[in-house]
Amino acid sequence: MIKTENLYKTFYGDNGENVNALVDVSTEIEQGEVVVVIGPSGSGKSTYLRCLNHLEVATKGHIWIDDVDILDQKTNINKVREEVGMVFQSFNLFPHKSVKENVNLAQRVVRKKTKNDAEIKTMELLEKVGISEKADMFPAQLSGGQQQRVAIARALAMHPKIMLFDEPTSALDPEMIGEVLDVMKSLAREGMTMVVVTHEMGFAKEVANRVIFMDQGAIVEEGTPEHFFKNPTHDRTKLFLSQIL
Amino acid sequence: MKTSSGLSRVNPLTYNLSMAGFIIGVIASMSLFVVATKAIDYTWRWYKIPSYFYGTTSYDVKADIQGTLESIVTKDKKTLIIVKGINDSEEYSLPESGNMLVSVGDNIYPGDIMAQYKKTGIGLLTKGILVTLEVSIYASIFGIIIGIIGGIMRISANPALKWTSIVYIELIRGSPLLVQIFIWYFVFAAIINGMLTSMGIHEISALWYGIAALSFFAGAYVTEIVRAGIESINIGQIEASRSLGMSSAQCMYHIVLPQALRRILPPLAGQFISLIKDSSLLGIIAVRELTKATREGITTSLQPYEFWFVCAILYLILTFTLSMFVQYLERRMETP
Repeated sequence: MIKTENLYKTFYGDNGENVNALVDVSTEIEQGEVVVVIGPSGSGKSTYLRCLNHLEVATKGHIWIDDVDILDQKTNINKVREEVGMVFQSFNLFPHKSVKENVNLAQRVVRKKTKNDAEIKTMELLEKVGISEKADMFPAQLSGGQQQRVAIARALAMHPKIMLFDEPTSALDPEMIGEVLDVMKSLAREGMTMVVVTHEMGFAKEVANRVIFMDQGAIVEEGTPEHFFKNPTHDRTKLFLSQIL
Repeated sequence: MKTSSGLSRVNPLTYNLSMAGFIIGVIASMSLFVVATKAIDYTWRWYKIPSYFYGTTSYDVKADIQGTLESIVTKDKKTLIIVKGINDSEEYSLPESGNMLVSVGDNIYPGDIMAQYKKTGIGLLTKGILVTLEVSIYASIFGIIIGIIGGIMRISANPALKWTSIVYIELIRGSPLLVQIFIWYFVFAAIINGMLTSMGIHEISALWYGIAALSFFAGAYVTEIVRAGIESINIGQIEASRSLGMSSAQCMYHIVLPQALRRILPPLAGQFISLIKDSSLLGIIAVRELTKATREGITTSLQPYEFWFVCAILYLILTFTLSMFVQYLERRMETP
């Protein structure tokens, strides 16, 4: 489903100081798999996720989404992005549009659905994330957890094959994390292919098929949650786990 | 929004004294002005003003050529005077109710008043306001279109578009509007009208060159305002919409511009208020807007003081109405 091969990403600083955000990252994610990416801040996990839908352009290497090489100049990246939903740490809901319009918009504009069709799908999704009664409100009137659930519904409205989550609960008050994780868990149970960058180890243990640990732009260790949390092999992984658990 | 903060508290006595000082100052300066006009024997004739808004004005029918008055014909409520010269002839028409001062067979010389008539309708100042409004509305619409296009070009990754926009902004902002109006009228208009005439097409009136000058002038400032507005939108908004598969044009149209326009409404209003005031310069190229109309009113009435005050107040009414309208728009566009 997602295949990355020898992926490099370098940020070129103005003062000549370059940051190697990704160093030789190669991995493959199968359909229906839930992969959790963890690592200290600055380890390149968000950059990796953002490369997957071309929000960051990788410096070198290959990414195939559904056998389409997204780093190929000829690839229509908008078409690829329609199939890859993304949820951001800061929600990024459209503040000038109501909840319903937030979810409707891309269906209408990108998928060219009729207003009626879009609305039916929208209400179905808002029902699913448990927020249908707020359909006519504006993002600023919702709590963080509610906003993030709308953002998930907005991404799902495009019928994506893959969902990317970039620290979806990091900006939330502690008591709101659960409601967002619940939505993500139910999504995982339905067989959605998911790549999740998170600090929620509970979620990783419970839902992930595989955990990838990154440090300094490289994949240090990957494996099942059991392997990862019970007997990690690398010292760096052990150190990280000892610091956060 | 009213805020009261502990940092800006004023003692009531100081407050009242200051307020009294302000009122006394206003009254004193007004009285001083009245006294000063008395000292130079200026007679105020405010009663003359209303007829310049709406009323009956008397017009003279003057001859342009030398010759004999050939005929006076009344038809369809109009009187037609025909003056025949040695090798030319001229027709003059006036309403039937007009008062003839000459008769058939009289010798006519250029400048002779042949007849007088009165007409009731909107006066000079009202016409001036209408022209000012027309110019301002057109220039605002074109200005905002130019500004949005220019603003998007300004942040474009394409260097040709970006530098076109930068050069445009710098050229316009670097020279006085008056000079630009002259260039539009004495250079561009001369060339374009010359070409049109040679092709047998009607010339474009000075009004439109004036509108063009104001539009491009305002457009440069609006471009910078739009650019700032677009750049103020959080990058996350763009990422979110692009990650949904929207093209950059769709993202601009549905996400960035609506939010940016709402944010730039106050500076945009300021720009359009300036535009209304800047339109007063168009009198210089014979566009009869409010300021030019005021000057003409002064030549016929010989009451400069009243006219200039009225003129200033009329501009104030126009700009104040606009700023009220923008405040209303801002409230309407507000989302919770």
